[in-house]
Amino acid sequence: MTLGEKIYLPAIAKGLKITLGHIFKKKATVSYPEVTRPFSPVFRGLHVLNRDEQGREKCTACGLCALACPAEAITMEAAERKKGEEHLYREEKYAARYEINMLRCIFCGYCEEACPKDAIYLSETVMPSNYTRDYFIYKKQDMLITDEQMKKRAEKGKG
Amino acid sequence: MLLLSIDWIFIVEKVVLILVIILSSFGVAAYATWGERKVAAIMQDRIGPARAGIFGLLQPLADGGKLFFKEEIVPDRSTRTLFILGPGLFMVTALMTSAVIPWGPDFSITIGGVERTVALQVADINIGILYVFGVVSLGIYGVMLGGWSSNNKFSLLSAIRAASQTISYELAMGLSLIAVLMVAQTLSLRDIVQQQHGFWSDGYFTWNFFKQPVAFLVFLICSFAELNRAPFDMPECESELNMGYHQEYSSMKLGMYLFAEYINMFISSAVLATVFFGGYNFPWMDQVAAAVTGGLFSIICVTVLMLKVVGFILFFMFVRWTLPRFRYDQLLNLGWKGLIPVALINLVITGGVILFFFNK
Repeated sequence: MTLGEKIYLPAIAKGLKITLGHIFKKKATVSYPEVTRPFSPVFRGLHVLNRDEQGREKCTACGLCALACPAEAITMEAAERKKGEEHLYREEKYAARYEINMLRCIFCGYCEEACPKDAIYLSETVMPSNYTRDYFIYKKQDMLITDEQMKKRAEKGKG
Repeated sequence: MLLLSIDWIFIVEKVVLILVIILSSFGVAAYATWGERKVAAIMQDRIGPARAGIFGLLQPLADGGKLFFKEEIVPDRSTRTLFILGPGLFMVTALMTSAVIPWGPDFSITIGGVERTVALQVADINIGILYVFGVVSLGIYGVMLGGWSSNNKFSLLSAIRAASQTISYELAMGLSLIAVLMVAQTLSLRDIVQQQHGFWSDGYFTWNFFKQPVAFLVFLICSFAELNRAPFDMPECESELNMGYHQEYSSMKLGMYLFAEYINMFISSAVLATVFFGGYNFPWMDQVAAAVTGGLFSIICVTVLMLKVVGFILFFMFVRWTLPRFRYDQLLNLGWKGLIPVALINLVITGGVILFFFNK
């Protein structure tokens, strides 16, 4: 080592200069609950079961999503639409039971691609955590798009 | 009855001063922990504590409160008395050093028709610097007793490291200060500060930093080692010794150790500012003294000293978050083979200069 290296001090001054420079750098922190980072437009999050403009469920329980699912996370049971239920379901057949096991789901988005009715899509929210396994088997009611979400989407101009 | 005529006001005055100094040391130390986190955050492009109060200013309270509610654990096979004594001793020695530091110039106050001169210094002893050294050396006993009595191998190793590190660096520290004492011709901190009056006199700076820059540098490096702070935080390097000497400590006993370290840093900064950076002196202080009343002038002086102290504390933190830790052999090499020779050479040169140029 040369004398300059041996007395450490020039190197230390150099180091201090670097850290001093960081005072003026932009902070990387996002104050999470108040500020959220924007999701990518192709982000695949929690599933949402879609409804049409009149609020009728789009899903016809054809089972293509369950077939496409590589993780075999989707279970469904079909049922026939009765008279007087036309305002609930768009077509004659509908899903009486529709469950996705979120612990199995790998969020690949194949169900969204497979669906011929645009009934299921992967939304922009992430899955909340929980202590029990039961919580992660999402029922139809957990995933069905809410009126609030519908309204928001209508305001955004049909996304 | 003459023997009983104790100057009660004097005692009250000193007690108030001691209380103010100790409480403000606590306050500064508490906010030093906050400052440390903020400095670390800024160096690492983060924002640091921001949830407790505005800018996270209540963070020290939250930390302290958390420590109070933690479980007190005394290891089964520890030496109980010493184990409990350790943090207390460390804290006491940390606070004791503040007694000899002159915090500001004297000011007059009239109590009951009698004008009194109040010194902003708890005790003006004529061997002030020796006292500081003595108490600082005692401080290592808190660490050693704590580490040894925990009955934990890591704690013991770290205590031994701390002891040998402190002893090694105390030598260089003392030698560097001797040069300053040769210039000042006194051991009293009060006199040393008064000699550094103002900023410029007789065609040269009055502050000791400009008279003894090498001594300052050696003293500064040694104070890092004495404070057990990075880059010399050997006693608590988590990569080798888990947590070091306070491994077995929990709750407020751990808090006392951590807190006393920050108080040490505060006092050490105060000593640095007093000995090398003119204490409470500042440029154009005579003009300021003429313009304002005595009490206000004292407040200004104390503020100036505090600003210097905060500057040093920030520097300590700034260095901690910049430099990696020295290896133990490198540390001792630097102390014995680097700093002690430099301090000795500085001593000889200072002696020569005084003998040949200022020997009247």
